[in-house]
Amino acid sequence: MRPFSYTRASDVGEAVAALAANDGARFIAGGTNLLDLMKYDVERPEHLIDITALPLDRIENTADGGLSIGAMVRNTDIAYDEQVAARFPLLASAILAGASPQLRNSATTGGNLRQRTRCSYFYDVSTPCNKREPGSGCPAKTGFARYHAILGASERCIATHPSDMCVGLAALGATVRVEGPEGSRSIPFSDFHRLPGDTPQVDTTLAHGEMVVAVDLPGKGFSDHYSYLKIRDRLSYAFALISVAAALDMDGDTIAEARLALGGVAHKPWRNAEAEAAMRGKPAVETTFAEAADIVLAEAETVPGNAFKPELARRTMIRALSQAAAGTPQSQSDKRIQ
Amino acid sequence: MSATDPAAPPERMPVSITINGNRHKLEVAPWTTLLDLLRHELELTGTKKGCDHGQCGACTVIVDGRRINSCLRLAVMADGSEVTTVEGLATNGELHPMQEAFIERDAFQCGYCTPGQLCSAVALIDEGHATTRDEIREQMSGNLCRCGAYVNIADAIEDVMAKGGQAR
Repeated sequence: MRPFSYTRASDVGEAVAALAANDGARFIAGGTNLLDLMKYDVERPEHLIDITALPLDRIENTADGGLSIGAMVRNTDIAYDEQVAARFPLLASAILAGASPQLRNSATTGGNLRQRTRCSYFYDVSTPCNKREPGSGCPAKTGFARYHAILGASERCIATHPSDMCVGLAALGATVRVEGPEGSRSIPFSDFHRLPGDTPQVDTTLAHGEMVVAVDLPGKGFSDHYSYLKIRDRLSYAFALISVAAALDMDGDTIAEARLALGGVAHKPWRNAEAEAAMRGKPAVETTFAEAADIVLAEAETVPGNAFKPELARRTMIRALSQAAAGTPQSQSDKRIQ
Repeated sequence: MSATDPAAPPERMPVSITINGNRHKLEVAPWTTLLDLLRHELELTGTKKGCDHGQCGACTVIVDGRRINSCLRLAVMADGSEVTTVEGLATNGELHPMQEAFIERDAFQCGYCTPGQLCSAVALIDEGHATTRDEIREQMSGNLCRCGAYVNIADAIEDVMAKGGQAR
């Protein structure tokens, strides 16, 4: 790693001011992504501001019946929190589908949102990459692209956001609370990460100096009918080729409300309101799910390295929605897919 | 970097870390990882550097009761922590039950991943989230073994669990 200076922040305002005043500064919390990128010389901060001592490490009930998860809560502590496990099992399942116990013990909520793509060209400083060095090119389009986007990509970048947790948060309609030099604001989850467009170097809609302080979940947790189904090259401890967070609110055999979010397909967790609306009022059967999947994939575009993904995505959506409808969510330890 | 350059980052910062019950007051560079501190500065070479990127688990240690990848933790961020490495598992010359079980089950071949496997397995039992074989395998997925001793590692962990499961 290149040398850098280091300070610890003791309150949010101080941390935000310190970051805003220094373009070469970064926050560090769990460090599981940032330190990795620093070792590869992809990230080269001059100064790290340690924010792990900030009082953002609690999971609290909100006035509207939801939960507020502090930015410094470790992934493990969300996944095994009693309230999360009982009321938002989709989120717990998505978290347990990602990384390893060691990484989940370090990684924080805020860091999970801010983590960067695992595109191998982004990580390899000897290759061009428009996300790492704007204008240098994108070798993934003609190269190794199994983990790459089929939706919402641009000419410049086909990278995907690697998080599982964020796919669950997207499906649950979370809100990201942010503090910055200009004050605080709330960002709907679907507006937090952005599509690459002409500026793939920009992952989120945060300004430099802004800090994620919490993620708020609305009260509706879909705990009776949900599934998080992740398809990957290894059975565990691998990033998603395709992952699907499915949640249904059932009225008898009829779908009253549907949520469907995908990972491994885009620069952000992917939700399609039209596909969700198309399931509303329909029977929870395979033809309904297939129609929704076709809507999601209508605009899918592939490169030679990921031509298999639309069909894999289609099948994964149908299966995850079927698991949700049946009330038999995918286990994250027994890997058989029922 | 020179001491006369006012813009240069400070080369060393004071930290106090308890490792295997012994308190160490040290000065570390901000960019030193906990793994490198253990191996290079404290000569606790039981903890292994495999990938140095959080992918293999060879560097797993237990910090404040939680297993983590020590290659992805800055030593300055471990200030005030209690760290247990593989050297701290045995007490008074007696191997930890997990170490005994690894020997009994032949749960290693080359041994390079073993310190990380042991720390991870001890923490797994303390966490209490794994009860079935599938859950043990999933909860040990952050520790790779290129010799492929996985079957015997899971056997060893099951043995310790069957004997009451207490880590100590």
